[in-house]
Amino acid sequence: MTDSVINIKNLTKNYETAAGVVPVLKGIDMTVSSGEFLAIMGASGSGKSTLMNILGCLDIPSGGIYELNGTDIKSLDKNSLASFRNSMIGFIFQGFNLLPRMSIIDNIALPLVYAGIPKEERIERACIMLEKVGLGLYGSYRPNQISGGQQQRVAIARALINRPKLILADEPTGNLDTKTSQEIMNLFSDLNMQEGITIILVTHENDIAQYAQSIVHIHDGKIDFSEPTNRMKESVK
Amino acid sequence: MIWSMLNEALEAMIANRMRSFLTMLGMIIGVGAVIIMSAIGAGAQEAVKQSIASMGSNLFIVLSGSTTSGGARMGSGATPTLTISDGEAVADLPSIAEVAPIASGMAQVIYGSNNWSTTIMGSTPNILTVRNWTIESGYSFTDADVRGATRVALIGKTVAENLFGDEDPVGKMIRIKQSPYQVVGVLALKGQSLDGRDQDDTIIVPVTTAQHKLFGSQFQGTVRLIMAQAVSADQMDEAENQMTELLRQRHHIRNNKENDFSIRNLAAMAASAADTAKVMSLMLGAIASISLLVGGIGIMNIMLVSVTERTREIGIRVAIGAHERDILLQFLLEALMISIFGSMIGILLGVGGALIAEKFLSMSVIFTSQSIFTAFGVAATIGIFFGFYPARKAAKMEPIEALRFQ
Repeated sequence: MTDSVINIKNLTKNYETAAGVVPVLKGIDMTVSSGEFLAIMGASGSGKSTLMNILGCLDIPSGGIYELNGTDIKSLDKNSLASFRNSMIGFIFQGFNLLPRMSIIDNIALPLVYAGIPKEERIERACIMLEKVGLGLYGSYRPNQISGGQQQRVAIARALINRPKLILADEPTGNLDTKTSQEIMNLFSDLNMQEGITIILVTHENDIAQYAQSIVHIHDGKIDFSEPTNRMKESVK
Repeated sequence: MIWSMLNEALEAMIANRMRSFLTMLGMIIGVGAVIIMSAIGAGAQEAVKQSIASMGSNLFIVLSGSTTSGGARMGSGATPTLTISDGEAVADLPSIAEVAPIASGMAQVIYGSNNWSTTIMGSTPNILTVRNWTIESGYSFTDADVRGATRVALIGKTVAENLFGDEDPVGKMIRIKQSPYQVVGVLALKGQSLDGRDQDDTIIVPVTTAQHKLFGSQFQGTVRLIMAQAVSADQMDEAENQMTELLRQRHHIRNNKENDFSIRNLAAMAASAADTAKVMSLMLGAIASISLLVGGIGIMNIMLVSVTERTREIGIRVAIGAHERDILLQFLLEALMISIFGSMIGILLGVGGALIAEKFLSMSVIFTSQSIFTAFGVAATIGIFFGFYPARKAAKMEPIEALRFQ
C-alpha cells in the first residue's frame, strides 16, 4: 500500500437541488498506484466529471474516504486544499485554460508563484519544463500566438512544474485534431513510462483511452468494470 | 509575490486601457476637484485673515452715541459726545493698550493740477499702532504736531497715486480745503477692508488740526470715534466692561439712562467673518468629496465587471493553488492601482486648475501639503474600500463553478 497514490473507499457524492437530493456518485472503490496511467470513461451524466472534480480536490465528497498520497481530503479546509492541489496535482483541461495576458513562461511558472518560490528559480524551472515539452523557443509568446497543440503542451508543462504526485487530464485532446491528439498522447505516454508520473485521464474516446494502461468504465455513479487496454493485453501475451 | 502581483495588476490595467482610463477619470475629477476647491477655500480664508490683520487686532470702535432731541432719535455718531480726553482716560485703563481718537470728514485735496476727494482722518500717531499700519516712506507726525495742531499729513497709497503719480510725495505741499499741508510720509499698502472699502484712500492729519483747522466742529474738542486696542484677545470682554463703566462715569449718565456712546467689538466681527470663510471652504471641500465618492463607486462597478469577466481566470488560479488571500490581494491591488494613478493625475490636474484660476480669475489659491496628502490618502482608502467587495467576491468563488464559466 505504500506506493498507492489514490485510495478511495465507498465514495459518494450527492447534489442538493430544488427537486431534492440527487445522488451522482453511488459508492466508488478505487486504488491508483504510483506510476499508473489510468483512463476513466463514461457517457455524459455518468458521474465521471464529478469523480474528476473530487479526485482533483476541487470538490469534497459527501461520504466515503478519499486519500491522496496518504492524506484524507476531508481534514482539509479551503486554503489547505488549494495548497494541497498546488503541490500534489497537475491539471490539464480540454480548453487549455492558459491565462491570455501572460507570457508562456509566466503561465508555466504560475503554480510556483502560489508555492512561494522566488522569481529566479521560477523562471529557471519554467524554462526547463518548456524544453521538455519541446517549445523552448516560445517562452515570450502569448498563448493566442501559438497553436492549440502547442497550448496544450504549455498546459502540460504548467501541470508538471511543481512536481505533482498526480496528473489529472480532463479530455485533454477534446479541442485538438487527430494528429495533434496523437502527439499529445505520446507525450503523456513518455512522461508516464520514462518518469513514472501517475496520470489519470478522463475521455470519451476509446482511441485516446488506449494510450493508458487500464480503463475504468463509469456508469450511473458506479464503476461498471475495469479492463487493461489493448496495449497492456498484448504486452501480457 | 507582491511584486509579481503588482506587475500583473499593471498588465491588467494596460490590457484594458480605455476602461481603466475611464474608471480613473472618476478619481481624477474627484481628487482634482478636492484639490482645487480646498486651494480656493484656503485662499479665501487667507484673504479674510489678511484683511482682518490689516484692520488691526483686538480692536474696539467707540462711537459717540445717539441722542434724542425733540422726540427724534438720532443715529450713532449724530451727536459728538466723545472727546480727546475721553480717549486719554480710556488709554489709562489696564486692559487697554493703545487708543487713537478719530475726527474725520471728506475733503477735496489738490496737488499741482491734480485733485482728489478723500477721507481725512484726524488722529494721533497711535493710529499707526492700533490699525497695524506702517510708513512706506517719510516719517509719521508726532505728539508735538498734535499739541501744536500743525499742518502735516500722512497720505495713503491711493491718494499718493492719484495726486502724485510717479513723483515722490514726501516733503511736498498739498492743499486741503485751500490750506497748505506738508506731506511727511506715505502709508504702506493695506488693500481692501472686510467690507470692501479701499483702506489706502485716506489722509491722516493730527487730530487737533482736523478739529480746529479742517472741520471746525460745532462742539469743539469732540471726535467722531475712538479706536481702542485691548491688551490681548482674552481681555476683550473685560476691556469692554471697563470702558463702558468709565465713559458712563465721565459723561455723568445716571443708572436708568442709556449710554450716549456705543462700543463695537471688531474682533468679534472678524471672528465671524473668519468663521464664514471657514464654513465656505469646508462646504467646497464637502461638495468636491462627493465627486470623489462617485469616482470610488465607479471603481467598484468596473471591478465587479472585471471579476465576472475573469471568472475563468480566477477558477484556473484557484485550481492550481491560489489561496483566497491571493485572489483578494490581486483584485484589491488592481483597484488600488487605478485609484492611486487616478489620484496622482488628479493632483496634477487640481494644482494646474487652481493655478489657472489664480492667473485668469485672479482668485487667491493656497495649496497645503495637508490637502494634497489627504486627497491622496482618501483616494487610496476609497480604492481599498470600493475594491474590497469585488475582490472578496472573486476570492469566494468556488473553483468548479468558476472553471465551468464560459
